[in-house]
Amino acid sequence: MSVDKDTVKHVAHLARIKVSDAEADALRGELNTILGWVEQLNEVDVDGVEPMTSVIPMAMKKRADDVTDGGKAADIVSNAPATEDHYFLVPKVVE
Amino acid sequence: MSDLTGLTIAAIREGLAKRDFSALELTDAYLEAIDAANPLLNAYVVVTADKARDMARASDQRIASGEARVLEGVPLGIKDLFCTKGVHSQAGSHILDGFEPTYDSTITQNLWDDGAVMLGKLNMDEFAMGSSNETSYYGPVVNPWRKRGGNADLVPGGSSGGSASAVAAMLCAGATATDTGGSIRQPAAFTGTVGIKPTYGRCSRWGIVAFASSLDQAGPIARTVRDAAILLRSMASVDPKDTTSADIEVPDYEMAVGESVRGMKIGVPKEYRMDGMPDEIEMLWQQGIEWYRAAGAEIVDISLPHTKYALPAYYIVGPAEASSNLARYDGVRYGLRVAGDDIIDMYEKTRAAGFGKEVKRRVLIGTYVLSAGYYDAYYVRAQKVRTLIKRDFEEVFDSGIDAILTPATPSAAFGIGEKGGADPVEMYLNDIFTVTANMSGLPGIAVPAGQDADGLPMALQLIGRPFDEATLFRAGQVIEDAAGFFTPPRWW
Repeated sequence: MSVDKDTVKHVAHLARIKVSDAEADALRGELNTILGWVEQLNEVDVDGVEPMTSVIPMAMKKRADDVTDGGKAADIVSNAPATEDHYFLVPKVVE
Repeated sequence: MSDLTGLTIAAIREGLAKRDFSALELTDAYLEAIDAANPLLNAYVVVTADKARDMARASDQRIASGEARVLEGVPLGIKDLFCTKGVHSQAGSHILDGFEPTYDSTITQNLWDDGAVMLGKLNMDEFAMGSSNETSYYGPVVNPWRKRGGNADLVPGGSSGGSASAVAAMLCAGATATDTGGSIRQPAAFTGTVGIKPTYGRCSRWGIVAFASSLDQAGPIARTVRDAAILLRSMASVDPKDTTSADIEVPDYEMAVGESVRGMKIGVPKEYRMDGMPDEIEMLWQQGIEWYRAAGAEIVDISLPHTKYALPAYYIVGPAEASSNLARYDGVRYGLRVAGDDIIDMYEKTRAAGFGKEVKRRVLIGTYVLSAGYYDAYYVRAQKVRTLIKRDFEEVFDSGIDAILTPATPSAAFGIGEKGGADPVEMYLNDIFTVTANMSGLPGIAVPAGQDADGLPMALQLIGRPFDEATLFRAGQVIEDAAGFFTPPRWW
């Protein structure tokens, strides 16, 4: 499988990365090189093989449903580029 | 007292206990060495001199009052991927500009709780994506090793290139690092240092900037096998904050260093003999086999038939997880923001300006292989191949093999700008021997074992059973005993 320039631009939009036409051209070539190289996985017989979900078998840890942390609003917003009264500020999203 | 920077962690422990020098003198010696070398090597992105001196003074007080902890006064460098409270933690990326966490990662907290001193934050490939430390927003790191008679700058490997370069150039006694496809072991191999990637789940991932969560694992880079064992014991823990942290007590790895390997079964996998591999790497491997025979181990030829598929499967699984993990960098909660016409435009411009080329490439590959219609063909198939890779190892270990001996890298260090310019896959092939351990969750250690014709260090790798790092330290010491230590001639 290979990608064309429009697909690159579509995928970049899905990934929320702006790419120029020239960048999309370059990325098309690079992505196709990588996708061509991973094609070799099609040689492997994977019939009846379970896809890996956990590399080291272990039961999912669960903690008691207790409040153990909190009251850190100032910490949470301390690195944000724009905040007001412990809220993150973003461009207007609702008309 | 600049020779203080030449001491191993084991020797520092002894010297501080005997009051041969103070923790502050030791830290000052390192800060001086960093000042002199860093403009040329670019290993540190931030030096925390005041903090380091404060921590060293506190260590001296502890030592004076007989309350020294296991890493008391040991000056360490911390990879920029680890969150450190109030200190630059930007993963080598522009998009995390100005990010100073309000907390420490579990691993760095473990180190401070054991008395270690932080010298600063170490350069790395952006978001740990790279094998040469050339993708960092802060510029490439230079390897302290040069070809004999040459003066061209070589890469230190990546992504933990700053960690490896700093340890090799005596700019810290040891360093934290992380390994998603080989990012501890490959730079260790390129710089003549020891690097271990422990079993997945051994070190907590809490507070480490995530790249590929099912593959990421932290470990130390150090100058000796013993130092790596000392550091890993402090870094590793059982952590309720990481749901994949294993509920297994951390052993005293240092006990294993120096134990005999007599009767141990060392597997040698035929699939690691690659076309086009330099003769010097092949000879190094043979030399390693002879060392183990001489030490009384049994050498067993083994097969890991799916080895060649590990790297292509990794370049599906890794980018897929990265595309998801890196979605959080959106210009809202931390780091860089580039204004846009609306919120989507703001996201797209922020991420276009904030991510470097390699990161964009991987995020796009990951987004593509996870997108509708391609998920089964790429991602599910790669995860099935991963099951087969792990099964290969399980069968070998079930047959009684204690550790697997392979080369660590397909070549010694190469020049800055030499690889991957036209074809990204050329760079990816650096991890061909290391990535299998990430795909299967197994521990792997790289130990320097010799030098090539140009005098550059080369390393062997040992891969072990899950949570059997102790065997890797025990077996790794055999290589160190036979090969000795490798220190770059100082030119900086």
